[in-house]
Amino acid sequence: MYKSRLTALLIGICLGMMAQERPIAFTNAYIIPIEGADLAKGTLIIKGGKIIGLGNNISIPADAQINDLKGQVIMPGLVDSHSHIGSGEGADASAPIQPEIRISDSINVENTSIRRAQAGGITTVNVMPGSGHLLSGQTVYLKLRRGTTIDELAVEKTAHGYLGGMKMANGTNSRREAGNFPGTRSKSASLVREQFIKAQAYQAKIKLAAGDANKLPARDLGMEALVEVIEGKRTVHHHTHRHDDIITVLRLQKEFGFRVVLHHVSEAWAVADEIKAAGDGVIGASIIIVDSPGGKLETKEIRFSNGASLEKAGVLCGFHTDDPITDSRWFLRSGALAIRYGMTRNESLKAMTINNAKLVGLDKRVGSLAIGKDADLLVLSGDPFSVYTKIQETWVEGQRVFNRLDPSDRKFATGGVGAAMDTMDHTDLLEHESEDL
Amino acid sequence: MRYILVSLFSLVLSAQDIAVRADKLYTVSGSMISDGIVVIEKGKIKAIGKASDIKLPAGIKIIQGNVAMPGIIDGHSTVGFSGLLNQRHDQEQVERSAPIQPELRAIDAYNPKDPLVRFLAHRGITTVHTGHGPGALVSGQTLIAKTTGNTIDETVIVSEAMIAATLGDSIRNAGTKAPGTRSKAMAMIRSELLSAQAYMRKVDIAKAEQRPERNIRMEALIQVLKRERPLLITAHKSIDIMGVLRLGKEFNIQVILDGAADAHLLIREIKASGVSIIIHPLMAYPRGEMENINLETPALLYKAGIPFIFQSGFEAYVPKTRVVLWEAAMAVGNGLSWEQTIYTLTLGAARLLGIQGRVGSLEVGKDGDIALFSGDPFEWTTRCTGTVINGQLISEGELLKD
Repeated sequence: MYKSRLTALLIGICLGMMAQERPIAFTNAYIIPIEGADLAKGTLIIKGGKIIGLGNNISIPADAQINDLKGQVIMPGLVDSHSHIGSGEGADASAPIQPEIRISDSINVENTSIRRAQAGGITTVNVMPGSGHLLSGQTVYLKLRRGTTIDELAVEKTAHGYLGGMKMANGTNSRREAGNFPGTRSKSASLVREQFIKAQAYQAKIKLAAGDANKLPARDLGMEALVEVIEGKRTVHHHTHRHDDIITVLRLQKEFGFRVVLHHVSEAWAVADEIKAAGDGVIGASIIIVDSPGGKLETKEIRFSNGASLEKAGVLCGFHTDDPITDSRWFLRSGALAIRYGMTRNESLKAMTINNAKLVGLDKRVGSLAIGKDADLLVLSGDPFSVYTKIQETWVEGQRVFNRLDPSDRKFATGGVGAAMDTMDHTDLLEHESEDL
Repeated sequence: MRYILVSLFSLVLSAQDIAVRADKLYTVSGSMISDGIVVIEKGKIKAIGKASDIKLPAGIKIIQGNVAMPGIIDGHSTVGFSGLLNQRHDQEQVERSAPIQPELRAIDAYNPKDPLVRFLAHRGITTVHTGHGPGALVSGQTLIAKTTGNTIDETVIVSEAMIAATLGDSIRNAGTKAPGTRSKAMAMIRSELLSAQAYMRKVDIAKAEQRPERNIRMEALIQVLKRERPLLITAHKSIDIMGVLRLGKEFNIQVILDGAADAHLLIREIKASGVSIIIHPLMAYPRGEMENINLETPALLYKAGIPFIFQSGFEAYVPKTRVVLWEAAMAVGNGLSWEQTIYTLTLGAARLLGIQGRVGSLEVGKDGDIALFSGDPFEWTTRCTGTVINGQLISEGELLKD
């Protein structure tokens, strides 16, 4: 026991030493910092996992390793505000509301879906439980570092696990014929209201106890998480498609004051102004671009122009993969298709990066290239929105996690034997809650 | 009287008279024409060439575009069968009451007005090979149609194109008599083809009065045995692909491989068999039987000289249809040349489907089917700006409000 701890300690020290101490300078790059103008022939310097230099003619530390990019493109690592990589399982079929569930308990960080996401340039991701419940549990924010445990990938450990949000859903996915699940939209909203009123009462009891252990209510993991939600410390990530369901989320948000990100929002084009008018508690919308409408009734009116509509209304808009609904490897394509249907290029770039970072509250650390921020970046062979461009390298906190020139990495971009050996079969997925859209 | 009316009509422009002018006109059969014009009369291409060389009929409607190419052909879809809503009433792509039903005609179920047919037309897809899909050992027939028109009769090009079959895991739910294993599936399809051979012999040798009673199931399979129609077999895993090649050889029938996720692992075997492939959508999610799919397969097939075309495939959920142009774009980004990809989406697809006499290239006498784009058709940010089918502008292209 002692020996294994010592080994663990030694490995820990080694990892610490391996953390990028020598500066690396990426020179001769077309840099898209997202916030601020592009640099046509810029230099980016990273050290200790952070960005320490960015500019046109900046001095490079003498000990820096020089990486001449010969005109290739650098942009920040992509942020995916809604994904199911890691083959996690959320709430089960026992109840429609399960706030105590933590997706972090079931994520396999060695699943190939994570390698494919790295190949797609995703460096920060909100991994969620599915949408088959009104409330299916706690989400987790990951940095896609190379690691073998969830602790190594989590953005941050907290008193109750890991930093993340709370997944909720309305519309038809969370309705079931069986058990205590709701059968209508009104019943769905009613069950959610009841739950939040319970959480308010629990919160009041804690306040009343004023730290006196004898007066505290019995611990309730679900209530504890919901108190975080109503205190604005844990963001609700709310699956919603139809215009009337979107408005219902806004109504519940107003009543209980939680902070919410609207997800999918297939009919955003119909209620973009209402979303904007909802105020600061509605942080923004995370949308998906799928290749055609339909497949389920709630998405028959989905439009490629949702991004453009939200931009026009002034709503903070991010994109998500909802992997496996769309493939993490071509997440950039979502941004390109949004441009195709009227979003500006600038807003689309932001939607892939800083806007998504804001939706998960990590914009101080990720989402743009700026001194002091995490060294999460992509090296691209050309324009981020071109079908001909390849993601050559993905870096997370100063470590290269994907290198297209390395054949064992490359297969996670192109596919082939071993690139997806542990993904769930389609039929499993249909029964599984993670088939989410 | 009737004769006079006809000749009067021929003096005025018909509704299917139109000219398309583009900065870059890709004919596919010949080289690209800068500032080219295609003149379409009564739905057929009448003339094609440089704008400076073509004399336009007075008053003809002119459609302008940056890039024009032959209407795109989707090599295999279930559009018009697997409808937008994904409800029981609009899903016709597979009948699960029995495992083998080659007699199910596609023309009896195709809905040319499903919104997804129109959705594809808006994106430059003018012809689809569609019909019964994967999911039963022999699921039924397929057809080839244009992506416009109110009735099947108006829109169909080939009413009996192929007979669709499937090997692999997905066929095990097709009724109580569905095969439970791969070996059983092969045994069942073999027995069926043997029965059809016996029936064919009886029909061929018998005198009129001794002829066996008509059997529409056997009649459909006879067309396969006589190589009049291909057996289109969906198979992804290596073992199933090998099963397809074996069946083709054993019965001397024309098999076409559909899907073929593992094709990149069997290049030598497929090449030797002479079998063509309708390759899976490249953006299909890698899982289950498709876990090995590889974006570089089209480039590998081309290099090996294996004939193949692209498809949008069948989707059980979202997206309810894929767009074959967008699937092919992933091949261009992964080693297949731009020209070869354009060819494969048009003339290559037409040849493999046997409709090259009508569509697939911009040549005098062929159907006036043209797709217009704002730029490189494969770029994610390029929009389709117009679709012409049989000389009619049936779409102004993708709309920004889509």
